[in-house]
Amino acid sequence: MKAFTYERARSPAEAAAAAERHPGSRFIAGGTNLLDLMKLEIETPPHLIDVNGLKLDRIEPSDGGGLRIGALVRNTDLASDARVRRDYAVLSRALLAGASAQLRNKATTSGNLLQRTRCPYFYDTNLPCNKRQPGSGCSAIGGYTRNHAIVGTSEACIATHPSDMAVAMQLLDAGIETVRANGATRVIPIADFYRLPGTTPHIETNLQPGEFITGVVLPRPLGGFHTYRKVRDRSSYAFALVSVAAVVQKDGSGRLALGGVAHRPWRVAAADAALPRGARATVEVLLAGAKTTSENAYKIPLIERSVASVLADAKKG
Amino acid sequence: MDDLSDLKLSRRDLLKTGAAAATAAAIPTVSAAQAPAAAANPAPSSARTVLKVNGQRRELDVDTRTTLLDALREHLKLTGTKKGCDQGQCGACTVIVNGRRINSCLSLAVMHDGDEITTIEGLGTPARLHPMQEAFVKHDGYQCGYCTPGQICSAVSVIEEIRAGIPSHVSADLNVKPLLSAEEIRERMSGNICRCGAYSNILDAITEVAGGKA
Repeated sequence: MKAFTYERARSPAEAAAAAERHPGSRFIAGGTNLLDLMKLEIETPPHLIDVNGLKLDRIEPSDGGGLRIGALVRNTDLASDARVRRDYAVLSRALLAGASAQLRNKATTSGNLLQRTRCPYFYDTNLPCNKRQPGSGCSAIGGYTRNHAIVGTSEACIATHPSDMAVAMQLLDAGIETVRANGATRVIPIADFYRLPGTTPHIETNLQPGEFITGVVLPRPLGGFHTYRKVRDRSSYAFALVSVAAVVQKDGSGRLALGGVAHRPWRVAAADAALPRGARATVEVLLAGAKTTSENAYKIPLIERSVASVLADAKKG
Repeated sequence: MDDLSDLKLSRRDLLKTGAAAATAAAIPTVSAAQAPAAAANPAPSSARTVLKVNGQRRELDVDTRTTLLDALREHLKLTGTKKGCDQGQCGACTVIVNGRRINSCLSLAVMHDGDEITTIEGLGTPARLHPMQEAFVKHDGYQCGYCTPGQICSAVSVIEEIRAGIPSHVSADLNVKPLLSAEEIRERMSGNICRCGAYSNILDAITEVAGGKA
């Protein structure tokens, strides 16, 4: 691990100001992803800003009739909150499908949103990777691609976003609350938060340098049937091959988001409109323009069957 | 080897160089990836940290890069907590911090100033075993024993988490209290790997302590 200087922030604005003062610095909360990457020297921040002392660990009602989740609410606490379990069950389910209990006890809401891809070529510092070293090339293209993205990819990167929680957040139209060094705050709709890789896969979100996430706002509850279907190589403690987050209403309308298929949680408004026409019609819209390899083409029928299964479950209630 | 010693390479650097050379032979474009990242990292620094470990106040002055795991093992000589993968995948380093189990390898010691930490040494002693330790012995919940301290710290927490009503991936209904069932225990223990494969005996031990049928 490369050496770094370390400070404990005393307010969100102070954290953002410190980040502006120290180019290349990182905020550290749970640290479960960042420290792993620092040990491998994939992340080499010269300065760490410990934000754990900030009082951003509450879940409270929001003005719009939803919930405001503090950035530092641990994944275990978010999944266990009675209001989340009752009104946003898809979020509880997504969280519980991810990582292990030890990691969920430490990992935070904002850290989970910002975790980085588990593309093996991103992790292998002996090989080129545009995300790790811009301009060096993509080793995944033409390599082993079983776990890689099939939609929204570019010539520069075919990595997937690893988070389960973020898929549910995308489905629920969450808003990301931030503060900048000058004290300015804003709410970024999650639809505008993540970026596709394009030619700059190392830039993963639309956060400005130093911009600090203070919380996540959930709109008022949607009602309906909530589910998160995750398909993986073993039944616990593994990343998704594909996942389907869904909220389906009694009349068959609803919304879907996918994990494990793109550089960001994947949601297409026109696909939601196709939901009453069944899984095949929905997935045709969701995955229009998909680019697969012989190793990851299985994801398309796997998603279609997962969506069909989710819709059948929804019908049963 | 005499020539190499003059290069002042660390073993780690040597391994990296070897691996890079091997890869370069196979993939000509690798040189682009080897260009050093322009990171101006400072000289190593240390920080004073106070931990409350197994009920005792311990003051440390550690390099900021020291993980909680290394602080426990190398600085406080509490070697009961084990280092397996050092990347949060195996669970051998599981300790209980402020009442919650975490992977001590994925946390910096300086981030735990003032925290209460319970390691396997704090759960029981050879003369006075914790009920979970006793159950692991009785049910033969290990072979080599390397993962056992982490398994036991996790197991103690699993029972508390179920009693506190924390749901899991296999809880059928999120809005009722989870069961102390074998299925729940297995899912909740998935962050602790046992290479010897003592899982069924570990499950028996936990089930007994939880008050169910072994």
